[in-house]
Amino acid sequence: MNAFDVNRIRADFPILSTHVHQRPLVYLDNAATTQKPTAVIDAMDHYYRHDNANVHRGLHALSERATQKMESARREIATFINARRPEQVIFTKGTTDALNLLAHSLSQVLLQADDEIVITHMEHHSNIVPWQMACERTGAILRVVRINDQGELDRDHLNELLSAKTRIVSFTAISNSLGTINPVAEIIQQVRQHPDVDVERIAISVDAAQALAHQAIDVRALDCDFLAFSAHKAFGPTGIGALYGKADWLERLPPYQGGGEMIRTVHFDKSTYADIPHKFEAGTPAIAEAIGFGAAIAYLKRFAFRDIIEHEHRLLQRATDRLLDQPGTRLIGEAAQKAGVISLICDEVHPHDLGTLLDFEGIAVRAGHHCTMPVMERYGVPATVRISLSLYNTIEEIDIFCDALSRVRKPFRE
Amino acid sequence: MRDELKQLYQDTILDHGRKPRNFRVIEDADRQQEGFNPVCGDRLTLFLKLNADNYIEDISFQGVGCAISMASASLMTITLQGKHIDEATAIFQQFHQLVTHHTLRADNTAGAEHKQEEPDMSMLNKTKLRVLAGVSEFPSRVKCATLAWHALDHAINTSDKTSGERVSTE
Repeated sequence: MNAFDVNRIRADFPILSTHVHQRPLVYLDNAATTQKPTAVIDAMDHYYRHDNANVHRGLHALSERATQKMESARREIATFINARRPEQVIFTKGTTDALNLLAHSLSQVLLQADDEIVITHMEHHSNIVPWQMACERTGAILRVVRINDQGELDRDHLNELLSAKTRIVSFTAISNSLGTINPVAEIIQQVRQHPDVDVERIAISVDAAQALAHQAIDVRALDCDFLAFSAHKAFGPTGIGALYGKADWLERLPPYQGGGEMIRTVHFDKSTYADIPHKFEAGTPAIAEAIGFGAAIAYLKRFAFRDIIEHEHRLLQRATDRLLDQPGTRLIGEAAQKAGVISLICDEVHPHDLGTLLDFEGIAVRAGHHCTMPVMERYGVPATVRISLSLYNTIEEIDIFCDALSRVRKPFRE
Repeated sequence: MRDELKQLYQDTILDHGRKPRNFRVIEDADRQQEGFNPVCGDRLTLFLKLNADNYIEDISFQGVGCAISMASASLMTITLQGKHIDEATAIFQQFHQLVTHHTLRADNTAGAEHKQEEPDMSMLNKTKLRVLAGVSEFPSRVKCATLAWHALDHAINTSDKTSGERVSTE
C-alpha cells in the first residue's frame, strides 16, 4: 500500500469536504494559508476546555499544565528544524513579526550608517519593509540581488553586492509568488566564504514561511543565523510563528518589546531581562496557538518530506503542462527548482476577473500581487492568478482547475 | 455561466472591458487624476476638461485593470460628457448606491432588509451604468467598479490643476 494516501490525508481536514457556491471546494490557495487538520483543531479545543490558564506564573495545576503544553510545543518545533536547544525558538505572531523583531533588535547591535543589508528581488514585503525601516533608523543601505527571467536568484550579482560593509543577508527559502526554491545552504556558504565579508559581523536570516510544510529544514546543516516561519502555512493556527536564532546571537540581541514575562527584575532605575527565549516574549503569549502549532508540527512529522515533495511535484507538473496547452497563457516564474506555486497571466482576462469566476466554480485561488510588488514590476504585470499546492491536493483538483480556467475565460475572447 | 456571474459579466461590461471608450489622453486637460487600487494593482489616470461654467467638455481615461474597473471607467466617461460637475457628483452618489445596495437585484428574495426604501437612482435610468448593478453582489469587487469614480470625485473637488496625490481605493 502506498504510504502517501491522499484520500486518507484529506479525511484529516474537515473543511476539505465543504462546498462553495454549491461546488465541492478546490482549495488552491495554500501559500496564503493552509487548512487545518482535526489534530490541530482538537488540540486547541482541548486546551480551552481543560487546561486554560496563564503560563509561567501560576502555581496552580492549570497554569502548570498550560506551561508544560506550551513548552512541549516549543520542543516539538525545535526538534523539527533541528535546533540545538528549544530556547532558540522564540514564539512570535508569525513570520512578519519574527522579521520585525529581528530587524529591530539586530539593527541596534549591528548596524551603523553606510552598513549594508542584502535582500533579494523575490522577497515578500515582510522581508523588505522591516529592513527598509532599519535602514531609515540607522542610515544603513539596502542592496537587492537581481533575479533572472526564470525567477532564479542571480548568484553572480550576490557576489558583487557582498562586501566588507555587508552586515545582514536576508532571503527567502521559497518564493511565494514565483515558486522558486532557493539553494539555501549554498547561498549561506557563498556569503560566509566571500573574501570581502567580515564573518564576525554578519548575520544571515532565512524566511522559511513558504518552506516549512514543503521541505525538510535543518538549521544546523544550513548554518543560518536566523530562520523565521509561521504556523498557519504549515497546517497550524494563525497568530503564531517563530524566530529561530543561534544562541549566541539571541543572547547578544536586545529585547524587542518590554513588559511582563520578558523581565527578571523590575526597578524604576533599572530592569534586568529574562533569559532566552522569554526575553523576546513580552506579555501573555498566544498559548492555544502555540499548542496548535506544536500539534501541526506533530502532524507534519507523520509524513516523509520526500513523499510530500514527490506528490506536490507531480501536481505541479500536471498543472504546468495543462496550462501551457491553453493559448494566451503565460507563467510567471519558471525556475528549474520550483515548489508547488504557479503564477499565471491570461492574455484576455485580468487576474481579478479570473479570481471571481473561479470562485464560482468552487475554486479558491489568489489574484493580486501576493505581497511581492517588486516581483510584479520585474515581470511587467500588475497582478497574477496564483495557485499554490499542498499535500492534500489531488490530480483531479488540478484537472478541475484547468478545465474551469479554460471554460471561464472563453467569454472574454473576442 | 452562473446567474450571479451573468449579472456581473453582462455583454456590455465584457465589451467595454475589452474595448474601453474614451481611452485616450486629453493633452490640454484641466484636471488629471491618478487612481490606484494597491490590492489588485488596478491603475488609471482620469483626464477632465471643463468649460468656464464647470461643464465637462471632455472626459477620458487610460489605465490597466480588470473588466469591471475598465468597463466602469468607460461607461462613466460616456455618461458624463457634457454634464455639469455638480450633476456628475450627484450621479456618482447614485452610482455608489447602485453598486453597494442589494435591493436592486433582479432576483430579490423577500426579507426585512429588502423592504427598506429604495434609494433614489433616477439619474441612472437612461444610462448604461445600470449594467454594473450586479457588482453589489460581490463586495470584493466594489472597489474595482468605483476606482474611476473616486478619481473623478477627487478631480472635481480639488482646485489644483493636477493633483500630485493619488487616489486610492484602499
